Amino acid sequence: MAAAVVVLLALLVTGGAYAVLASASRAEANARAAQSLQIDEGRELFLENCSSCHGLRSEGTSDGPTLIGVGAAAVDFQVGTGRMPLAAPGVQAKQGPVQFTAEEIAALAAYIASLSPGPAIPTEEQLAYEDANLGEGGELFRTNCATCHNFAGQGGALTQGKYAPSLEGVDPKRIYEAMLTGPEAMPEFADTTLTPEAKQAIIKYLKTIEAQPDPGGVGLGRIGPVSEGLAAWLIGIGALIAVAVWIGARSS
Amino acid sequence: MSERETAGASGSGRHFTDRSTDHSPDLATGGATRDPSAHREEPEADYGHELVPGLTHTPRRTDIDPKAAKRAERQVLGLFLLSVAGTLVFFIGFYAVQLDSAENVGLSTKLLGGGLGLALFCIGAAAIHWARKLMSGEEVVQERHRLRSSDEERAAVIKDFQRGVEDSGVPRRKAILGGLVAATAPLLLTPIVLLRDLGPLPGRKLRETVWTEGVRILSDVTERPVRVADIPIGGYVAAIPETLLDLPHEGSAQLAERGKSAVMLMRLRPEEIVSQQGDNWGYEGVLCYSRICTHVGCPLGLYEQTTHHMLCPCHQSTFDIADSGRVVFGPAARDLPQLAITVDNDGYLVAKQGFTEPVGPSFWERG
Amino acid sequence: MSVTPKIVGGTANFVDERIGSANFVRRSINKIFPDHWSFMLGEIALYSFIVLLLTGTWLAFFFKPSVTEVVYSGPYGPLQGVEMSEAFASTVDISFDVRGGLIMRQIHHWAALIFVAAICVHLFRVFFTGAFRKPREFNWLLGMGLLTFALLEGFAGYSLPDDLLSGTGLRIAHGVLMSIPVVGTYLAFFIFGGEFPGDDFIPRLYSVHILLVPGIMLALITVHIMLVWYQKHTHFPGPGRTERNVVGYPFFPHYVAKAGGFFFIVFGVTSLLGAFVQINPIWMYGSYKPSEITAGSQPDWYIGFLEGSLRAMPNWETNIWGHTVSWNVLIPSLVLPGLMMTVLALYPFIEAWVTGDKREHHILDRPRNQPVRTGLGVMAIIFYGILWINGGNDIIADKFNLSINAITWATRIGLFVLPPIAFVITKRICLGLQRRDRETLLHGRETGIVKRLPSGEMIEVHEPVPSEDRVRLLAGASPRPPELPAAYDENGVPRPGNRRERLRAKVGNFFYRDQVEKPTEEELAAHGDGHGERAEELPPAESPAELPRH
Repeated sequence: MAAAVVVLLALLVTGGAYAVLASASRAEANARAAQSLQIDEGRELFLENCSSCHGLRSEGTSDGPTLIGVGAAAVDFQVGTGRMPLAAPGVQAKQGPVQFTAEEIAALAAYIASLSPGPAIPTEEQLAYEDANLGEGGELFRTNCATCHNFAGQGGALTQGKYAPSLEGVDPKRIYEAMLTGPEAMPEFADTTLTPEAKQAIIKYLKTIEAQPDPGGVGLGRIGPVSEGLAAWLIGIGALIAVAVWIGARSS
Repeated sequence: MSERETAGASGSGRHFTDRSTDHSPDLATGGATRDPSAHREEPEADYGHELVPGLTHTPRRTDIDPKAAKRAERQVLGLFLLSVAGTLVFFIGFYAVQLDSAENVGLSTKLLGGGLGLALFCIGAAAIHWARKLMSGEEVVQERHRLRSSDEERAAVIKDFQRGVEDSGVPRRKAILGGLVAATAPLLLTPIVLLRDLGPLPGRKLRETVWTEGVRILSDVTERPVRVADIPIGGYVAAIPETLLDLPHEGSAQLAERGKSAVMLMRLRPEEIVSQQGDNWGYEGVLCYSRICTHVGCPLGLYEQTTHHMLCPCHQSTFDIADSGRVVFGPAARDLPQLAITVDNDGYLVAKQGFTEPVGPSFWERG
Repeated sequence: MSVTPKIVGGTANFVDERIGSANFVRRSINKIFPDHWSFMLGEIALYSFIVLLLTGTWLAFFFKPSVTEVVYSGPYGPLQGVEMSEAFASTVDISFDVRGGLIMRQIHHWAALIFVAAICVHLFRVFFTGAFRKPREFNWLLGMGLLTFALLEGFAGYSLPDDLLSGTGLRIAHGVLMSIPVVGTYLAFFIFGGEFPGDDFIPRLYSVHILLVPGIMLALITVHIMLVWYQKHTHFPGPGRTERNVVGYPFFPHYVAKAGGFFFIVFGVTSLLGAFVQINPIWMYGSYKPSEITAGSQPDWYIGFLEGSLRAMPNWETNIWGHTVSWNVLIPSLVLPGLMMTVLALYPFIEAWVTGDKREHHILDRPRNQPVRTGLGVMAIIFYGILWINGGNDIIADKFNLSINAITWATRIGLFVLPPIAFVITKRICLGLQRRDRETLLHGRETGIVKRLPSGEMIEVHEPVPSEDRVRLLAGASPRPPELPAAYDENGVPRPGNRRERLRAKVGNFFYRDQVEKPTEEELAAHGDGHGERAEELPPAESPAELPRH
């Protein structure tokens, strides 16, 4: 009798263990299967939409650079901001309407990531910037970013018609991805040189000054003395000359 | 050329002769009287035509209609009242708004400035409206006094001056004047000499930085050392020398050194590098260049990884990092100085040597 | 019956018994000033200067002109814990921690921008109307001096807060100093008290900005205004106006009210700008470090033309026996403005020499009556304007999707191509306007009313020019330039100084030769004083509305 119980227990234990382990490995297998499904989907999308410029194996052509090693983050950024697929030829890809759904973008990203290791899409933890050091963020921003994007992130000109776009209203994830992957002319700020903490501080600084009202009044675009000089001439001198004309006009 | 006539006195305008300007100041030798006929001797401005009609005066509404004048008076008073309201807004804004947030700073600024602006503007508008509507609208003519002194006055001045010169004795004792000049001239140099201690002589300061063999390259702001593997292809790192931080913190010694020794690390694919300023000055595709533009000294930083061009935001000098920092556009005349780098035993990037030329803007003694 | 209160009488008596001021006061009360809006542009500058003095004094009570490093601990979040100079920190404190601080800073800065702009429009008015001619050349020179000091003062002022943007400007100024041959490095080290940025420069700039330059400017302004007062203001041609008089309104009460009122208006407008439009938000620029910079770095607008010239200059530099001459820096930042200012300052004397005009002028020119002068002025403005626009070429490129390289090249070429074109166009426009004046004088104004004569002919009725306008339109008959002197005198000997005379006469000829002659008395009479082509007698005062309509 005792033996039957022991055998039953043993059967239960082994059966249960198998069930658990099998389900775990099945989950993994499912995940892997799902992942390979996603990569396949990504490859399909890539071949249909991207390979004409980036090459059948994303090795690059004269129309587009290689995507080997750019990482999921680059794909998420470029396609997620509508820069890719390239709407029109020009010096620079412009932000535009997003052409793919979130799943499709994830699939494309997974495919490109599968070709060669590259920067991964930033995690929630990497994007948590609320506790970052605001003052240091400002210093980092002014040292690394303001020279292209201007002191308030309003953007600026590069050579030959290229430009560093305005960062106003840009999602923190996109800012992180851009720093990480260096889209087009922008250099790459890898997490090894500009750590996640540093990136968070920069994002926090940007978001803080973006939300901050201009205490002095109308901000005039936050681009500095050019717009201020225009205002001084048009509004200041304009109003004062108008008053002078009134003073000197013959009274009726 | 037709002779010009003063026809301005005719017409309905009030003619106001400013007789008080007609007399010359009393001189010690007796005042010379103005000679009216002396007017005609000087070549004078030609008006061109005789047709200079007199002034006409069209009365204003407020001149004719007392109701309109009263209305204008009320408008002036209203403006003064509005001005008081503005001042009140100013006082309220000053005392009621605490500067505890950016919004409140903004509110305070608008209330103070708006109130003050309104107050001032309304006083001004009231005064001008008052003058335009209620003060006399008739134009008045006033004669210009002759600017040139009369010949008699001039002669008198010359005579007095010559008498004074005679009195001073200089014509007979010419050496005195020479002595005066000889004494005052060197005195004028004393303030120039006093300026000498404004600053030190340049010495070797423009040629030297703290960069020398073995100085570690630190990432700017975070002050972390850098490994080659940390920098991806197309990467950019703003960097400073480790020894910069050893300089005294008080005073501007660190800032001054920063303005010379700030550098940038950029990583290119080795096959992209066309030339460097020396053999193997880079390390595995990592190149180190001065961050200070050679035009007038602005810091660089607009690195385009696709073209490997470095753009200066001040005057758009553009340097080719892949080609010895050569100037490819803009007003900079000299290539960007390169710093030779290698790695130390711990694998961190260090300088191989200091800069081999002065960094930053050109100067006369540069060579 | 006296309306003046007793205290006024009492004070006047007190002063008069000591200084004897009745004569001066009487002359001042009755002094006549002409009334034209364009005569008030200099006033805008004067009143802006007063606003600057008042707001600047207040700011000086709070600003700390020191570069000692402090750690910010004030209310502005993004700068918490950041190291900065005391100068910068005190400016942030003024903005966020002192009631009225931000508005005073903004009024002060707006007033500075308006001050220089007003000087410029005033300069344009004086130039285009020829008010700089004898006897006012010295006043012109004073004005040029004031313009130069105003530029320096403004540059010094916005550099005091030691923020990233203005510090960059100082760095550029330092680089410019260094480019000066022979003495450049010494000048730079002496002025900055050592290497850039140094500990001494901000405190020194402070003394220059609050004491030295304002003192000099105050003195120059005083002499400038005293001269206008003494020489009396010029006036435009018009009814009753001659070279011998000035027509307008008395100083008291008229101009006390108008000019005094205008001061309040200028102060008011500047305050309103300061209240509602942000300027120089230094807290967003950050404290200056020579290793940081922002895209779109520009100086204040009045230095912009130098920024543009620095950007457009080709990169010429020569090495002479171990010494470097940086033409790429010297020419755009020192040589060019030096030349521009010098030519501008000497212009009255150049024009007087060229035209041989030694007469006094109190009646202004209408710009159209001096086509060459007006053309030269517009040419200079276009030249300046191209440089000014290029100073903002990166902002323009960014906002309008252009290439900064293309804009720079457009500037390099446009700088030499566009001004002469502007000259020709302006001169032609002036001559065209002169022609129209002549037509108006001879044929009157077209009323657009068509009248049918009994003979069946249709004519357009022309309204004769009212006499006040006729005076204006007739003004401006230009003298002929001096005759080209004979190359040889009666003995066949070449005349000394002949080349110079010939050059002068040639340029003078160019200056005056293209003119549309004003109608003579006879011509005016022959055309029936502006009536229609037919000798239809129309009473001069008839208004077009009264004519029968067919």
